[in-house]
Amino acid sequence: MSDLVCNELCMTFTAPGNGAKVEALKNINFTLKQGELLSVLGPSGCGKTTLLNMVAGFLNPTSGDLMLGGNRIEGPGVERGMVFQQGALFEWLTVNKNVDFGLRMKNMPAAERKQLVDKWLDIVGLAGFGDTPTYQLSGGMQQRVALARCLVNDPDLILMDEPLGALDALTREKMQSLILELWKETGKTIIIITHSVEEALLLGQRLFVMAPRPGRIHKEYQLDFAEQGLKESLRDIKQKNDFNKVREEILTMIWDMEEEIMGGV
Amino acid sequence: MFEWMSYNRGGIAGVIILGLVITLLWSIYHGVKTARRREKEQVFGDPERTMGGWYWAVCGVATILLLWFYYSWGMARAYFPKAANELCQVAKVHESLSPIVAQLPIGSRYFKSTDLVVRNVEQLDTISAEFPAGVFSAQEESQLRGIIAQTRSLISIYSNPNSIDAATRANLSQIVGDIDALTTRIQSGHAGLTPSDVALAQAPWGVTHEEIPLLPMTPRGVLFDGIAQELTGISKEFLTLRNMPAEASRLIEKTRKDIASIKANLENTSADEDIIKARKDYLKSVERVFKRLDDGTIFPANTLDEVNTAVAIMIDEVDTAKGSLGIIDAVFMPGEGVVKTRTICIEQGSSRWLPKPSDVVSKFSLLANPNLEDGGGFKGTRLLWVKWLPIADIVGFFIPDGLVDMLPGEYGQHDSDGQFMPTFKDNLLAFAQGEVYLGSIPMLDGHIWDSLFRVIVAMFFGIMLGVPLGIYMGVSRFFKSFFDPMIELYRPVPPLAWAPLILTIFGIQDDGKIFLLFMVAFAIMVISARTGASGTQLSKIRASHSLGASNRQILRHVILPNALPEILTGIRIAIGVCWGTLVAAEMLAGTTGVGFIENVARTVSDYELIWVTILIMGLLGLMFDLLMRKLISILIPWRGKG
Repeated sequence: MSDLVCNELCMTFTAPGNGAKVEALKNINFTLKQGELLSVLGPSGCGKTTLLNMVAGFLNPTSGDLMLGGNRIEGPGVERGMVFQQGALFEWLTVNKNVDFGLRMKNMPAAERKQLVDKWLDIVGLAGFGDTPTYQLSGGMQQRVALARCLVNDPDLILMDEPLGALDALTREKMQSLILELWKETGKTIIIITHSVEEALLLGQRLFVMAPRPGRIHKEYQLDFAEQGLKESLRDIKQKNDFNKVREEILTMIWDMEEEIMGGV
Repeated sequence: MFEWMSYNRGGIAGVIILGLVITLLWSIYHGVKTARRREKEQVFGDPERTMGGWYWAVCGVATILLLWFYYSWGMARAYFPKAANELCQVAKVHESLSPIVAQLPIGSRYFKSTDLVVRNVEQLDTISAEFPAGVFSAQEESQLRGIIAQTRSLISIYSNPNSIDAATRANLSQIVGDIDALTTRIQSGHAGLTPSDVALAQAPWGVTHEEIPLLPMTPRGVLFDGIAQELTGISKEFLTLRNMPAEASRLIEKTRKDIASIKANLENTSADEDIIKARKDYLKSVERVFKRLDDGTIFPANTLDEVNTAVAIMIDEVDTAKGSLGIIDAVFMPGEGVVKTRTICIEQGSSRWLPKPSDVVSKFSLLANPNLEDGGGFKGTRLLWVKWLPIADIVGFFIPDGLVDMLPGEYGQHDSDGQFMPTFKDNLLAFAQGEVYLGSIPMLDGHIWDSLFRVIVAMFFGIMLGVPLGIYMGVSRFFKSFFDPMIELYRPVPPLAWAPLILTIFGIQDDGKIFLLFMVAFAIMVISARTGASGTQLSKIRASHSLGASNRQILRHVILPNALPEILTGIRIAIGVCWGTLVAAEMLAGTTGVGFIENVARTVSDYELIWVTILIMGLLGLMFDLLMRKLISILIPWRGKG
């Protein structure tokens, strides 16, 4: 089983200029089992993006271990797909060519590629848009392409860095449902980083609230809103009392952290 | 057909100008009407406000062409084809009058005599005040001061109203009478005068090399021409007049002797060289003033009043007789107008350096004629044509001989009979040197192609080497740091500053120019590719890493396409700069190319040719740019939308 194991992970940056050490992350420990949906929440500067970049392999930890399925993470790899805030699509390529980018890099035969691309475009709701240039798509559609491009590679772990941050409220809600459906159908492990407490609650089977200085996991929640979201409408869930209760608790927690930072300056 | 068009270029220009005026007025009308019909206009500063408006472009082009026609006197030639010839006759009158006018306050403030007196007295004052000390002996000094005093009294003698003799007075009256008679002739008009057959057979204005036909082609012209001829005689008569009373002659004689006697003793001294030089200089300055006064051209005040009046009246009458010519001259011939110099009449004004559009077109068709025997092309090379290029030449250019040297085998030797039988390797060498006939392919040829070819080859190598280096510099610390100082050191040097060196090393043929242009293109391509490569969004790079692309694949499939907009913009800039550098390089050295044509045209002051080359360069530059813009919009439709 490809579980993600994080053991005493530390990351220290040297600030440019004065050379001061900044502890972006300190002694992070967790294990994410296959098929788990984790959302990470926290005030700015708490190191959540750093954590994600290290899991993706873009950054090397200062100390500690990151293992996926027993293998040490030492660089980016196909088994860890990534979805960025702005899609990071290749605007000189069509939707099809964007989605099958990874497959083409593996030199997969054209017929197989086409089959896979069509399947995934259909799943993310973009059937028939294959030949459209990506710069003509709306923000929501671009994120669907980014999702398909990541999923077509069949990664073990999907990392999402504020994937819905730039979308309007309505599109956002649709995309949240899509992510839940994909999670359910594919059974992939997913880590989502978000600024939105609601989103973190809706999309998080597990939820880490992180705190800054040094970056650390402040509190962990086990939630069942994601499971509910597969059956009920997300809007109904947001009306529920227990949802609101957790939301207020987390909001207060983050609020206090921000206060602390501002007061500390 | 072509002959006919060339001969009637004035008339054709007239039709075109009319068309341009109508186009101009129509476009203004259309523009104003459209502006009025526009229901809602964007707020000031909104870029939408500049969209469309092709009719103003039409208006602008028509304006510039009309200005060109106007300032090149093209309008005058189109609508008043005989005006220049008539004005040439008027110019002849003024030319004939000029020796007399020079003595009079016409076109100046004082009589020439007055000017002479004032200037020479001033100089005499200066000379006496600056008498050098310790250079001349006491005796010499008194001699010299005597000469100065005599020269002074010469001026007073000339200025005495009684000095002028009766014969001179009579001659002056005669001249006044002659001038008055001519004035009367001008007043009586040109009825009954007819131009000669020889004059009528002349080519019209601007068709032959001699711009303005010299002989009068109209009755009015015949009148002025006749007047001018008579005036030439009168002027000659006037120039022989002298104011030389006996008293002055004697004084001049004496002064000459005095000067000669001092001169004889000038070097007769033991003094050193400086002193001798000072003595010579001083005597020379005294003599110079004296020589200006020994010819009797100073007349007493009021002597020339009558001549002055007569000439002034004549000039007025000439102006009156010119009639509408005067208006044409003032309105349609910006500048001084038609001027007669020695044996020809020339256009004195902006048209001296701004040839008429029709003449430029005519020059261009002459140049574009591919038939070299028929006088086409320029200096034995066509402007732009097709020729058959032996493939062997291309092979010889691209395959280095050294490649054959590296192959196994030996070159042949002559045998015992003195015969040389080429070996296989010899044959290969002949092939590599382009000596084996392989057939021919059609190829462009001519000055324009030579220029284009240099730019294209230089751009090809510039892109092929510059883009990969630039991209590597955008992604690699080693490449960036290693090559940056070199490129940044040579790039800021203006290409033309390199030209003398490069042309010395490579010679004046194509290689030197191509290398110079390559240097220009290379630097621009490296920098634009580098900017494009280093400007790739980090998230795109990370995404492609996560999608399993290798470094090489990322370079090829992500960084290169991402840098494409910058690269194409770089190409666009590089072509422009290369084009500019090329023309200048061709001016420095070479035997073909558009810049070469312009350089030759410059040395012979062939303004039409200069303008033809300028227009060719402008149009080709414009063509390059439009091509690149089109290419950019086709190749990178996502530009500005990513």
